[in-house]
Amino acid sequence: MADAIEAVRNWVIGGKRKEALEETQRALAAGVDAATIMKDGLIAAMSEVGRRYSSGEFFLPQMMIAARAMIEVVPVLKPHLVGKAAEKRGKAVVGTVAGDFHDIGKNIVKMMLEGAGYEVIDLGVDVGPEKFVEAVRKEAPNFVLMSALITLTMESMRRTIDALDAAGIRASVRVGVGGAPLTQKFADEIGADFYGEDAYTCVQACNRLLH
Amino acid sequence: MLIVAERINASRKAIRAALETMNAAAIQREAVDQDAAGADYIDVNGGTFPGREPELLAWLVDTVQAVTDKPLCIDSPDSAALAAALPKVKTRPPMINSINLERERFDRVLALALEHRAKLIALCQGEGTPATTVDGKVALAAELVDRLTRAGVALDDIYVDPLVFPLGTDSQSAQVTIEAIGEIMRRYPGVHTICGLTNVSHGLPARKLVNRTFLVAAMSRGMDAAIVDPTDAQLVSTMHAARAVFGRDEYCMGFIEAFQAGRIAA
Repeated sequence: MADAIEAVRNWVIGGKRKEALEETQRALAAGVDAATIMKDGLIAAMSEVGRRYSSGEFFLPQMMIAARAMIEVVPVLKPHLVGKAAEKRGKAVVGTVAGDFHDIGKNIVKMMLEGAGYEVIDLGVDVGPEKFVEAVRKEAPNFVLMSALITLTMESMRRTIDALDAAGIRASVRVGVGGAPLTQKFADEIGADFYGEDAYTCVQACNRLLH
Repeated sequence: MLIVAERINASRKAIRAALETMNAAAIQREAVDQDAAGADYIDVNGGTFPGREPELLAWLVDTVQAVTDKPLCIDSPDSAALAAALPKVKTRPPMINSINLERERFDRVLALALEHRAKLIALCQGEGTPATTVDGKVALAAELVDRLTRAGVALDDIYVDPLVFPLGTDSQSAQVTIEAIGEIMRRYPGVHTICGLTNVSHGLPARKLVNRTFLVAAMSRGMDAAIVDPTDAQLVSTMHAARAVFGRDEYCMGFIEAFQAGRIAA
């Protein structure tokens, strides 16, 4: 059983979706617990992929295909997870802020969070403060995560935090910000709860804050 | 081939630090190095401190001009920052990096370009999600060229940037940009095309190799300007050789002169 899970984990790390899928089906047929495959196979794999990406050992496309492999395996496990340990770790609303259409960083964070067992509500790109506020009201997430890739749109982050404040829901969420032009200093200045230097540190910050 | 030198950009850590402390010497070193390496335009970008961009961009213009006579490429999406920096430019004409089709930005930057008789980098980017197909990019280029020339900007002053996205997330992105360049150059004789190279290799190993390979392919379709690091000898060497290979360098004199000036790393 441990072998089967390790095999799933390695296929996902290597981005081999067909093999990952077949190994998962074999494991399920052999009676391996679906929740264990999820946790020690898929989630562990994506955590390892994130670590390797963050350290520079892995390159962006390798992370993309690993995530793709994971996304294909999840539906096979889902039916077996109902009523079991399928509960999500936490919930995050993610989006690239108003005026900004860069989605690569935001998508990486989304994949990494999903890989880590979070439920992710993706608001897409060019997301204004009112959309974030609406999503927080509707989804009651643990986290609001904002991405910006150009200096001009960084101000949208401040406006979003101010809007959450004005709506009286700022205290209900932890706000994380990230993107190439950002700094810890700017995150502090606009009153964000944390700055994620990359996707991996962002997920780690979420894990830490959830406890 | 017009070289717009990219090193003075606030997205680089060293430049950000120099801006923070207004360290003129550090900025000037970059300017002198890029000038000596053969830059045609020196790009200045001061955008990482929200609210301070107009002041910092104007400071960058003064600081760089104190050590070089090369014309400057004023780099900001913010028309207020452009407006603060452009009047300070001494060597004419300046270049503006950049305009796009977002409504407000187009009108404001166009007005500044006309007022200062500036050359313009025109990004193939509208109000929404960026175009990722050849047709989409060419349609945006057509709209830019039509509207700019109608407003009185000379075709020769327009540098269309079709944008290139990371290959690491879209395997077709470079090829799409390369084909768009060919179509834009075919449709508008006299217009220029330009591209930054670094985005294409985002997330990949051996990035400089990927950047150079993309540069050659884009040049083969007529791209005649690039936003690059002129102190990267391998890149510049490749650029000179490609000009000769694509028949844009009579008797290969540009290549030979670059060689004799010690700029060719074979």
